[in-house]
Amino acid sequence: MAVAADAVQLETRSWFHRNQQAIAPWLFLAPGVLFFLFYVIFPIFQSFNISLYEWDGLGEAEFIGLRHYEDLYWEFADRDAFFVSLKNNLLWLLLYLLAIPAGLFIALFLNQTVVGIRLYKSLFFFPFVISQVVVGLVFTWFYDPTFGLLNTMLGWVGLGPINVLGDERFVTYGIILAGLWPQTAYCMILYLTGLNAVDPEQIEAGRLDNAKGWKMLWYIIIPQLKPATFIAFVVTIIGALRSFDFIAVMTQGGPFGSSRVLAFYMFEVALSEYGFRMGYGAAIAVVLFLIMLCFIAYFLWSMYRDQKGGR
Amino acid sequence: MRSMLKASVAALAAAATLAGGAFAGSHQLSGDLKIFLDTSNPAPRATMEAMIAQFQDLHPDLNIETTVIDREEYKTQIRNFLTANPPDVNTWYAANRMRPYVEAGLFEDVSDLWMEPEIADNLASTKGAMTIDGKQWGVPYTYYQWGVYYRKDIYEELGLSEPSNWDEFKANCQAILDSGRKCYTIGTKFLWTAGGWFDYLNMRTNGFDFHMDLAGGNVSWEDDRVKQTFMNWKELIDMGAFVDNHQTYSWQEALPFMVNGDAVHYLMGNFAVAPLRDAGLTDDQLDFYQFPAINPDVALAEDAPTDTFHIPANAANKDAAREFLRFVVSPDVQTEINNGANLGQLPVNAMSGVDDDKFLNEGFAMLSSNSPGGVAQFWDRDAPAEMAKVSMEGFQEFMVKPDNLDRILAKLERARQRIYR
Repeated sequence: MAVAADAVQLETRSWFHRNQQAIAPWLFLAPGVLFFLFYVIFPIFQSFNISLYEWDGLGEAEFIGLRHYEDLYWEFADRDAFFVSLKNNLLWLLLYLLAIPAGLFIALFLNQTVVGIRLYKSLFFFPFVISQVVVGLVFTWFYDPTFGLLNTMLGWVGLGPINVLGDERFVTYGIILAGLWPQTAYCMILYLTGLNAVDPEQIEAGRLDNAKGWKMLWYIIIPQLKPATFIAFVVTIIGALRSFDFIAVMTQGGPFGSSRVLAFYMFEVALSEYGFRMGYGAAIAVVLFLIMLCFIAYFLWSMYRDQKGGR
Repeated sequence: MRSMLKASVAALAAAATLAGGAFAGSHQLSGDLKIFLDTSNPAPRATMEAMIAQFQDLHPDLNIETTVIDREEYKTQIRNFLTANPPDVNTWYAANRMRPYVEAGLFEDVSDLWMEPEIADNLASTKGAMTIDGKQWGVPYTYYQWGVYYRKDIYEELGLSEPSNWDEFKANCQAILDSGRKCYTIGTKFLWTAGGWFDYLNMRTNGFDFHMDLAGGNVSWEDDRVKQTFMNWKELIDMGAFVDNHQTYSWQEALPFMVNGDAVHYLMGNFAVAPLRDAGLTDDQLDFYQFPAINPDVALAEDAPTDTFHIPANAANKDAAREFLRFVVSPDVQTEINNGANLGQLPVNAMSGVDDDKFLNEGFAMLSSNSPGGVAQFWDRDAPAEMAKVSMEGFQEFMVKPDNLDRILAKLERARQRIYR
């Protein structure tokens, strides 16, 4: 009797009730997935689509196929704006990574117990707390050719004045240095937390085996900091691709466009006062996206591998 | 300052009362009138708000709503609000700068206003700048002269006088350089200041019509005549006439060189006078002259950028908007808003009075009687935006590295063939 009742009940339960277990995770994911599709995935395809048109944002869009990419290729071949931006992007990506070893060494230096160490740590972390715009302004004044501190200091050792932000040879390095200041602090804080998690027993064991100095660092400490290094790498790459703020504040891409990166060039072409070539801007965005895709693929792959390995 | 503003508001009230008679005959306006302004600096903002308050008093049934947007922000926002949420009246700039909106059908054709005798007779001098395809797309409300501002006291100290031709111009400069100063201050970080130098050098070397042909993309950048302009420019650069490191400074950051007496001239618009006076230069120390002739065979032409009011094509209350435009260009309002206490610029209406200011008087005389070649708007308003950007970057590079000239001109020529196709 009871068994028969159960069977009836089982069949009258709705489809939703029967599949609750399978559906629930998708329901919880749905808002996130929808937002991601709508605000990230869809615009990627939209950008690619716009890059095939000549469009000023107001009038009719005219389909021109891949001509924007052809123009970009010629700009690259002529070493014009696109070439300069791409080259600067690579410089940023490479040199910005210096923040990782610099952050590591400051973290090692601060990883000791003396009176007031918390204060010193917060002082070193300070540049990351202030806005990038402020950092950019401070460095602009520091580099100022007439009144700047840099040239005053160079004067002490008898070196001539240099106009860092006005010289196309130095300008990108000058801005990268400004960017490294807060980025180093960020890497430092990541390593400081990582150092807390280093296993004292392994250090003990290393000591017994006569490891010290560089060997201790290289074979015992750094392998244990691998998760922190991975995160530091990720945020630094992202930081390098976000160099827009510094460039906008410090040079506006100048002098004569020699400090532009792709993101800034895209903004100039598509959205600035003299811009509004939406298609061309979108084409630059697509190139920038393809560059980022290399890193995204690497990050995804290494996270997937770590999860499979169970770490 | 405060009392000055109050006084100007009171004077404006008086002016509007006078003007009121002219409008009494028009029918009563009602509904909403949305006005978008880019006059975000304190003084122009107060001027505009006082002027709008007067218009409100004339039309009490009208519900006026004013929005002031930051001047730089406005340049990108205009695209959004014209398409999505248009006001009834908005500010903008004359000539090529309004072409994208005219061509996209976003500005109302106001040729009918320009047929009315009060406007047709009195605003003739700016009609050309407001005309595209034979129609007028707005009205001007102010303009200002460009020219050479200089330190009169240093001229007297060195025994120099205002130059009347290119050789004297250079001789003065050499004397100034010999005294350990720089001839010209300039800050090219934001590029457009170099466009002013190019405007003058090219208009003086090749004339107004050639200049406009170049802006219109009809002349090659590798033309010998263009090269001649750059050769004249190079003479000054090779003398070391410009302040060092100008590519690092904005135009405001270049002012102290002149105030401190490290540089003697500034080729600028009349808006530079206010900050120079604020910095402590008196009218005995500061003076003005017209950029001298280079090629005696071409007629003198000047830069005089014009700021304008337009009606968006999708405006809701076009009757009230037209009435507002008539009000803005009427002689008394023009006299008032352009006086020294308000905008400190030149009125567009020929029946208006110019305020008794040394620089405004000189500028007015120069533009009305000594600019036979024509009046240009400014390089970045006459040339299409894209060409302006590329070329001004080229001018900046040229001023830093004059030896790159051939490479720069080749680049500009490539850009020309792409942009005007």
